[in-house]
Amino acid sequence: MSNFMKVEFAAKSENESFARTTVAAFIAQLDPTVEELTEIKTVVSEAVTNAIIHGYEENEKGTVLIECELKDDNISLTIRDFGNGIEDVDEAIQPMYTSKPELERSGMGFTIMENFMDHFEIESIPNHGTTVTLRKKFLNNQSAYN
Amino acid sequence: MALSLTYDFEQKQDVLLVRLTGELDHHEAEQLKNDWQSYLQNGMTKHVVVNLENLYFMDSSGLGVFLGRYKEVKEIGGEMVICSINYDVQRLFELSGLFKIIDAVENEAAALARLGVAL
Repeated sequence: MSNFMKVEFAAKSENESFARTTVAAFIAQLDPTVEELTEIKTVVSEAVTNAIIHGYEENEKGTVLIECELKDDNISLTIRDFGNGIEDVDEAIQPMYTSKPELERSGMGFTIMENFMDHFEIESIPNHGTTVTLRKKFLNNQSAYN
Repeated sequence: MALSLTYDFEQKQDVLLVRLTGELDHHEAEQLKNDWQSYLQNGMTKHVVVNLENLYFMDSSGLGVFLGRYKEVKEIGGEMVICSINYDVQRLFELSGLFKIIDAVENEAAALARLGVAL
């Protein structure tokens, strides 16, 4: 099986729950476990929050684009903004690192993405934006295809 | 628009009991932080118990809120205890190392007993 969806929305914090709920609804067709569903919702929430806070510095005129592709048991997610970009990606992905300590950020967003997914990649161009690509293979639903 | 997070605060002697229900993300974090801080500054609070039984979703924004309040509770010489944590939220606490500084117990009664509140 293969399937695809794309959704673009305003970079407003109200849309963080919309984004994770929408992706969760789309991937439900893979019959994920509750744990897999939570992992996907969490990483979407992390990436969209990063786009809003860091990519656009809470300027709600920006937009966030999510694309999600399903192929057999594999999910591929890209979360893209067209904002500030990240100057130093290696620094940004360090656990507990935050560029905005005054906002009470935990600095754990990228660490969570790395831990909850099989594959994690960031492409960022300063002043053009950031794209996070996340991939995971779902393990629970083998019986449906075997 | 329906709120995705609700919470209530209850004062039990010098312990502030915080019960969270719903989903805690960046959108909800600021308001929770402000309300929580006003209770920490009421002059009656030394310790905090956070009941997470009905917190169905949390991301790293929630970790930031807990870490921020933990520091404030330490500043007033108190302790912070978490109770009734579910599996999903527990994973985030483990990943972030928060359990190294914040104790988790089974339920509210155990948390209050830990902090010396007679039930």
